Amino acid sequence: MTKTRIDARFAALKAEGRAAFVPYVMAGDPDAATALAILKGLPQAGADLIEVGFPFSDPMAEGPPIQRAAQRALAKGMTLTGTLDLIRSFRADDQTTPVILMGYMNPLVTWGFEAFARDAAAAGVDGVIVVDCPPEEADPLADALEANGLALIFLTTPTTDGKRLPTVIRRASGFVYYVSVAGVTGVKEADAAAVAPNVERIRKAAGLPVAVGFGIKTPERASAIAQVADAVVVGSALVDEVAEAVDLNEDVTRRVLSKVDSLAKAVRFARRGLTAV
Amino acid sequence: MDAPARPNDYTAYPDDKGRFGDYGGQYVPETLMPLVHDLDAAYAAAKADPAFQAELAGYLTHYVGRPSPLYFAARLTEHFGGAKIYLKREELNHTGSHKINNCMGQILLAMRMGKTRIIAETGAGQHGVATATVCARFGLPCIVYMGAVDVERQKPNVFRMNLLGAEVRPVTSGSATLKDAMNEALRDWVTNVHDTYYLIGTAAGMHPYPEMVRDFQAVIGRETREQILEVEGRLPDAVVACVGGGSNAIGIFHPFLNDEGVKLIGVEAAGEGMDTERHAAAINGGRPGVLHGNMTYLLQDREGQITEAHSISAGLDYPGIGPEHSWLHDVGRATYLTATDAESLDAFMLLSKLEGILPAIESAHALARVGDVARDVGKDGIVVLNLSGRGDKDVGTVAAHLGRQI
Repeated sequence: MTKTRIDARFAALKAEGRAAFVPYVMAGDPDAATALAILKGLPQAGADLIEVGFPFSDPMAEGPPIQRAAQRALAKGMTLTGTLDLIRSFRADDQTTPVILMGYMNPLVTWGFEAFARDAAAAGVDGVIVVDCPPEEADPLADALEANGLALIFLTTPTTDGKRLPTVIRRASGFVYYVSVAGVTGVKEADAAAVAPNVERIRKAAGLPVAVGFGIKTPERASAIAQVADAVVVGSALVDEVAEAVDLNEDVTRRVLSKVDSLAKAVRFARRGLTAV
Repeated sequence: MDAPARPNDYTAYPDDKGRFGDYGGQYVPETLMPLVHDLDAAYAAAKADPAFQAELAGYLTHYVGRPSPLYFAARLTEHFGGAKIYLKREELNHTGSHKINNCMGQILLAMRMGKTRIIAETGAGQHGVATATVCARFGLPCIVYMGAVDVERQKPNVFRMNLLGAEVRPVTSGSATLKDAMNEALRDWVTNVHDTYYLIGTAAGMHPYPEMVRDFQAVIGRETREQILEVEGRLPDAVVACVGGGSNAIGIFHPFLNDEGVKLIGVEAAGEGMDTERHAAAINGGRPGVLHGNMTYLLQDREGQITEAHSISAGLDYPGIGPEHSWLHDVGRATYLTATDAESLDAFMLLSKLEGILPAIESAHALARVGDVARDVGKDGIVVLNLSGRGDKDVGTVAAHLGRQI
């Protein structure tokens, strides 16, 4: 098989000796056109990989920021079909930045795993994270994604102990996501000292890069996590920028990309002991 | 697609993956997986422990007031002119519904597991009240998540929970109703993994809840079986129950699953009618999908977004249904009918006047179909209806629909 975009990107970053910065944006938030403008601006603003949320009516693991983002997107008519359209448009200009879809099971069940995997691959998606699909339920989806060259990225958490870890990483590909806090997105704060040994443990067991997310809001925190993880994911803090820009009638794209820029710089320079802010 | 094969033993389900055929499972975030595995193991141990079962039986007798009577409804029978109709009087339980059976079982399990904080979701407030009751009885802190819309329309139950010492947290996310209360309870559980027990109120959600809640509610069916054999010397021809999540229905159905001669009939809420979008009938108006940890029939749009349920009965106002019902429907062992808001109001009034029993508006959905079932079974037949709750809580709703001030 040819090298995937995810593998190529992590290999390049490893050569550079730094962690990846991975912004999360919600498809269709605040509307499809603005979300596409944000998406297209992300690589320039410092995104190494991109997570694109597809909205679901009942996002049970999300805190208020991403719940509200999903509500905004759904209110504007965003769907999984629309999400793939966005990614197709993004891919027209960018063939190298990996794009990971993140969301919940039911829209995929509705689409059908085989058809979804084929259509997502054709749109330029590289991997999928399904929050309510633990490894015990993952085989049918994993088979379909694998057959189409897409990675299924699994979540590990502070409650995933050593006994359970092999089950979780059994079908992991691309990278492994470490949820740094027991909780929903965007509420508790991640602690780099507590995260470090877990990242090490998972990286060793899975032989894959480890991305850390949930609870990283500031450049300072992103920098601290970037010193111990292979990738730093920021989601809630970015969708909050969308909400605030909409409230204040500001340029949403500029505001989000400016936040991405400061976070990306913090990650980029984290291991050189430089301060980017 | 062909209907799946009927099993030889219906009671052998769920399988070791928590599945009833294609339905059920454990679709939860990774943070919760170790917890649901722990719960599964703890429940299996408790289920097999005679001391646990004896303790539960003691509380069911002396605190809940079991067994509940099986009552021959002579005037209702005469009114319909068909089979003899018996009512299983779950509305006579402490707190006024079948909900307490499950709460008592789960609170004993929670304490056995060393959990010190109880959370629950509630729609109408019946499960919230039952949970607050057992928490008060055993001195455990109780937090009940309730949609802000429901908090507004069920104020007496909110106050009742407060009197029992529970904290009611209004949920404003999503559609601010029962499904959102369940989302919020799951978010609480994900955040408080060490000390918290999530006491789910219906036979839905991730494994082992559908099995566990069914087992705790199956006391209804076991008693019914014994009681009908005692008074009639034979099993009934049909058993009828209303279905939202479906815990009272699966509780009375389960001990009859292997008696193929006993028809099992669930009644879903048709709201303003099955030809409108305002109903809560997951089987009759939905299709399979994944929500709240299980694969089951759901109300959803073309893209798989969950749509809002509508019913006059807050207790049936949920877009899903327990996975065992989905399976019993697919294999043809149970039949799922519907009753509208208007039909249920008529049935509410009918039972009140004929038998002197105000039924819960939920149970009135089953009553709305029991006449058809009784006539279908015929004069020599026997029908049992699960009268799952009492209607005192619904007098405001009924008055409003009659255009009366109280």
